[in-house]
Amino acid sequence: MMRFAQIITGIALALISCGLVWSAERFPPPDFESGHEMPSPTTPHPRQDIYEYIDVVVLLAALGLASYLVLKKRSRRAIFALTVFSLLYFGFWREGCVCPIGGTQNIVLSIFDAEYVVPITVAAFFLLPLVFTLFFGRTFCAAVCPLGAVQDLVLCRPVAVPSWAESGLRLLAYVYLGAAVLFAATGSAFIICRYDPFISIFRLTGDLNILILGACLLLIGVFVGRPYCRFICPYGVVLRQLSRLSRRRVTITPDECIQCKLCEESCPFGAIKKPAAKWSDQDYGIAKKRLGFFLLILPVLVLLGGWAGSSLKAVAARAHETVRLAERIYLEETGEVTETTDASAAFRATGKEIEELYADASSIRAQFGFGGWFFGGFAGLVIGLKLIGLSVWRQRTDYEADRASCLACGRCFEYCPREHVRLEQAKEVKT
Amino acid sequence: MGEDNKTINRRCFLRDSLWGASLVGLGMVAGAAARKHKKTDLIWQIDPYLCTSCTNCATYCVLEESAVKCVQVYAICGYCDFCPGYFELGASVLEPGAENELCPTGAITRTFVEEPYYEYTIDESLCIGCAKCVKGCAAFGNGSLFLQVRHDRCLNCNECAIAMACPSGAFKRVPADQPYLLKGESHA
Repeated sequence: MMRFAQIITGIALALISCGLVWSAERFPPPDFESGHEMPSPTTPHPRQDIYEYIDVVVLLAALGLASYLVLKKRSRRAIFALTVFSLLYFGFWREGCVCPIGGTQNIVLSIFDAEYVVPITVAAFFLLPLVFTLFFGRTFCAAVCPLGAVQDLVLCRPVAVPSWAESGLRLLAYVYLGAAVLFAATGSAFIICRYDPFISIFRLTGDLNILILGACLLLIGVFVGRPYCRFICPYGVVLRQLSRLSRRRVTITPDECIQCKLCEESCPFGAIKKPAAKWSDQDYGIAKKRLGFFLLILPVLVLLGGWAGSSLKAVAARAHETVRLAERIYLEETGEVTETTDASAAFRATGKEIEELYADASSIRAQFGFGGWFFGGFAGLVIGLKLIGLSVWRQRTDYEADRASCLACGRCFEYCPREHVRLEQAKEVKT
Repeated sequence: MGEDNKTINRRCFLRDSLWGASLVGLGMVAGAAARKHKKTDLIWQIDPYLCTSCTNCATYCVLEESAVKCVQVYAICGYCDFCPGYFELGASVLEPGAENELCPTGAITRTFVEEPYYEYTIDESLCIGCAKCVKGCAAFGNGSLFLQVRHDRCLNCNECAIAMACPSGAFKRVPADQPYLLKGESHA
């Protein structure tokens, strides 16, 4: 009965304190007379670090092999096999996390948040594909990235996307990258991970909306080659630019282009560029004027974009939980809403100062205002540079794979008659 | 011809310097990462002292059955006869049974140890992380029942869906070599 009295006092005490008092030891742990041993709670261990290191080694090996297969072996079949392996290993076995695309945000967060430290494996996952791209082109996209792999495998009936649509839609990826960096830098959210369309497929479970998004993208991907990689992937944007500078590049033909046009339609990603005819004097004159105009409006676009990006700060800042909480508390304080939410109740239970919360929220809003200039300015810059790029004539005498857009999948190899000559010769040498 | 060569050379030079700059840039990112790197992975865990038992853990996890489960730390449990984490507050008799128990899945077993003590054990295969027992135990008991991310189940998403939905900021990244934040143990 003593025990019962204790319980009553316990309840009474709890009611008096009228709040949640955590782990107050109201009842002393018992001394067992029967010698009963208290069990200890089980703590199942997480995936061991050694597996993370193995993942990095597999990534390194897959990148090396992909580069060899694309540039030296020139075998679509082998590239395809590696694609399937990457899908199984990085996609279904590792369940898609952490990937280089999402790793971008971890790196950004670690730069802006002094307290966040990137695990070395995440840093390796982010950096290795970039370094390989600087040397060998986008071989990561070709056969290592699981997101690319799953789309590559469903591509059955490729249709050509008009180049204006291609260029226009690609701007999405730049904006997505800018937004991802902004949200990661302010510590608000990892939007690349949240809206990763294929993660639910790799895990065979997940959010229904994301599952539908992924299924839709795969459905589109049957006809439009790799829609995520070309129009959305924010990491692809970085890879594009580094690939322009790569030491080695994917070549359609092993030696000289004979301009037979057989490869013209072979690329499902619209990455094969035709030889450029020299512009007529009239065209040249128009282009020159256009170029001058675009060069003039470039700073205007950057400023306009920056201003627009910055003026979105009040909306964008709501991605941060502190801002959402502060707005809720403000509504409650001013009496506009009467009931509390879980978050506002939890905040009030901590007994922290409301003014402090408001100050935190407004400093986060200011960060969004400042970051918004860079985000919008970046978007304006990308649009401006794209316009400038359209009015510049680039010398091209042969059919060649565009360094930036080429995903190094190797589909065009077998379309080239010179490639067949090479293969014949290789066979002869062997026999 | 000579002029052509010159433009090509200029372009090559520009490309090469950009290439070098990119490599140096990547090196700098690597350096910055290495300067304050962690050898161990970071994983998600709940700070039990911040958790408000809001039930989001049960519903927001990307897994069909949440990776968050209830943990019983026996060392701080009072072994109460009337366990406020086990029985409904208005339970008429202190007997097991759905009408008396808080746990919607019957995941807690109550075993008699000695008068007047009972031991409460969580069957993790049944626990859904709804935190009903946690709430009861925290309000009227010792708070020995609390939620933890179970790392045999957690996929360690780069952005944890529960962490994003957590109203009290109780989800944090912890180093993988100290994967649990158990009450009664000293931790930062």
